[in-house]
Amino acid sequence: MKKLSLIFLVFLALPVLAKRPSGEQILKRIDENLSAKTQISVSTMIVHSRRGRRTIRAKTWMKGRDTSFTEYLSPPRDKGTKMLKIRDRLWLYSPRTDRIIQIAGHMLRQSVMGSDLSYEDLMENPHLWDLYTAKIVGREMWNNRSCWVLKLVAKKRDVAYPMRKIWVDQERMLPLKEERFARSGRLLKTTEIQTVFRVDGRWYPKKILFKDVLKKGQGTEFLVDSIQFDVKIPSYIFTKAALRR
Amino acid sequence: MIHFLIKGLLRDRSRSFLPITVVVLGVALSVFLYSWIIGAVNDIIRVNASFYTGHVKIMTRGYANEIDQSPNDFALVGVDTLLAELRQSYPKMTWVPRIRFGGLLDIPDQKGNTRVQSPVMGMGVDILSSHSPEIQILNIKAALVRGRLPKTSGEMLISDNLARRLQLPLGASATLISSTMDGSLAMQNFIVVGTIRFGIRAIDRGSIIVDLKGAQEALDMNNATGEILGFFPHFLYQKKEAVLMAQSFNKKFSRQDDPFSPEMLCLADQNNLADMLSYVNQAAAIIVAIFIFAMSIVLWNAGLMGGLRRYGEIGIRLAMGEEKGHIYRTMIYESALIGTVGSVIGTGIGLACSYYLQLHGIDIGSMLKNASVLMSNVMRAQVTPTSYFIGFIPGLFASILGTMIAGIGVYRRKTAQLFKELEV
Repeated sequence: MKKLSLIFLVFLALPVLAKRPSGEQILKRIDENLSAKTQISVSTMIVHSRRGRRTIRAKTWMKGRDTSFTEYLSPPRDKGTKMLKIRDRLWLYSPRTDRIIQIAGHMLRQSVMGSDLSYEDLMENPHLWDLYTAKIVGREMWNNRSCWVLKLVAKKRDVAYPMRKIWVDQERMLPLKEERFARSGRLLKTTEIQTVFRVDGRWYPKKILFKDVLKKGQGTEFLVDSIQFDVKIPSYIFTKAALRR
Repeated sequence: MIHFLIKGLLRDRSRSFLPITVVVLGVALSVFLYSWIIGAVNDIIRVNASFYTGHVKIMTRGYANEIDQSPNDFALVGVDTLLAELRQSYPKMTWVPRIRFGGLLDIPDQKGNTRVQSPVMGMGVDILSSHSPEIQILNIKAALVRGRLPKTSGEMLISDNLARRLQLPLGASATLISSTMDGSLAMQNFIVVGTIRFGIRAIDRGSIIVDLKGAQEALDMNNATGEILGFFPHFLYQKKEAVLMAQSFNKKFSRQDDPFSPEMLCLADQNNLADMLSYVNQAAAIIVAIFIFAMSIVLWNAGLMGGLRRYGEIGIRLAMGEEKGHIYRTMIYESALIGTVGSVIGTGIGLACSYYLQLHGIDIGSMLKNASVLMSNVMRAQVTPTSYFIGFIPGLFASILGTMIAGIGVYRRKTAQLFKELEV
């Protein structure tokens, strides 16, 4: 009788064990969920600085994983500022100076518009699977969602965060919470997806809270106001000439 | 009697030449060393006050806590009102607003693309106002190497070293990339109209100066500033007054729970200057004391040697019936004369050397390559009223003390043995 019960339990557990994906499979599914051939989004960034809060709106065109163009829509002082990223190069255009400036070197570590995001964060390939190896280290509940807890270790040395720990929604395949570490193991940044929405049959972050742990303040809220996937974008958008248009 | 003693000293050179030479050397070195140290300390105070600390400085409490980072998100706002109030409450003081900022200077090529970039430390100072004292305080005219002072808020001065490194000609455009008071991106074009060299390595490495209005415009700091510096009349730091002023100001304006409330700090409370000045002063006092002590020993020995050499003379004087006390006193008078003459000559030589180094100085720039201490590349001596009498301490007192101790031997001489001793 005991043997029969054991065999029965093993049979019950088999589907569960079979369903458990590997860390790398989870990363691939996250990348598939969040990426598209092209994207056009309008977003709002709320920066909680020491003097108060600032709201910045921007429109972004993205092609693949390493080409994007952003135009700031407001506030008036930042309106018309544009940013072009092509692979590992980033240019910034400011209408006040009518100059196109390449952001490089230590400038990449500077904050974007006073937010908790750095230019380096913007430069990084959004596809986690390209950059990291992943290992499942546990299962936890986060915001009432059942999550895989993954530890990511960079495959190459030249990444902004050599280690990450992410909490991935098991059903929606979104990294609901993330901790980003330096090589020394020091925590540098955290992100939290606070609300999500469904668009074109996929779950997508609606509101993300970025927090630079080394900075005082309440972090930066990033809200996706609208997003379109796989739409046609004219190729001139991703040129330096478009920065001055 | 003094006339008699002087005659004796002049006629017997062995009694005057060596002691006076020793006193002259010791006194000259003491005066020079003292003036040199005072020159170095006062230079540190002057440079720090002019460029960073003022004699007093007003910032917000938050800014003061992170002063090394020049955090303009903690800037003072409503500066016009605050300045008016300061000028009314402390009319003898000179008040100047300044903005300190860090950033990147981007130099374009002919097509407008980035040719070269360099990190810079910037200062927004009131250059354009007709009655602004900043040009005198920072000695900008004297620091100008090429070009001219800015005439509009869109013009900039750049350190000569940096301009040469960036191959930046006068009239070229440069884009400053920094952060606004609210943390947003700040980009502003400036025209380079002059290059400067203050002779202070920490500043000459890579700094720019723009007019206050230009900095306010670039960093979105309308009617705001990072710091307000206050200076006493004639640029003379008055420690007690500064402390009292800071106490009364902070009692009136500063609130502990508000990081945006203004706070006044005096010179010594900034840049670790209190510790540094106290350390330098203590070190200077110890060096001068050791030197004076060593000189006293040398002069004491000179007195002893003189006493021993004059063993026979004193014996004859005693044999002739001169009182021991009289001999002892005349020896002291003699040493006082030697000490006075030596101190006067030594002070003269010491002052001459100090004046020379006050004018010309010694270039120590190569030793300050990575120095964070704000001091001039050229180290100068400074002659103060104390320089005129500091040398008399070792010169006069040590030679008198030496003779007093050596002269005790006079009282140990026994009249009964005198003739026996003299026979030998």
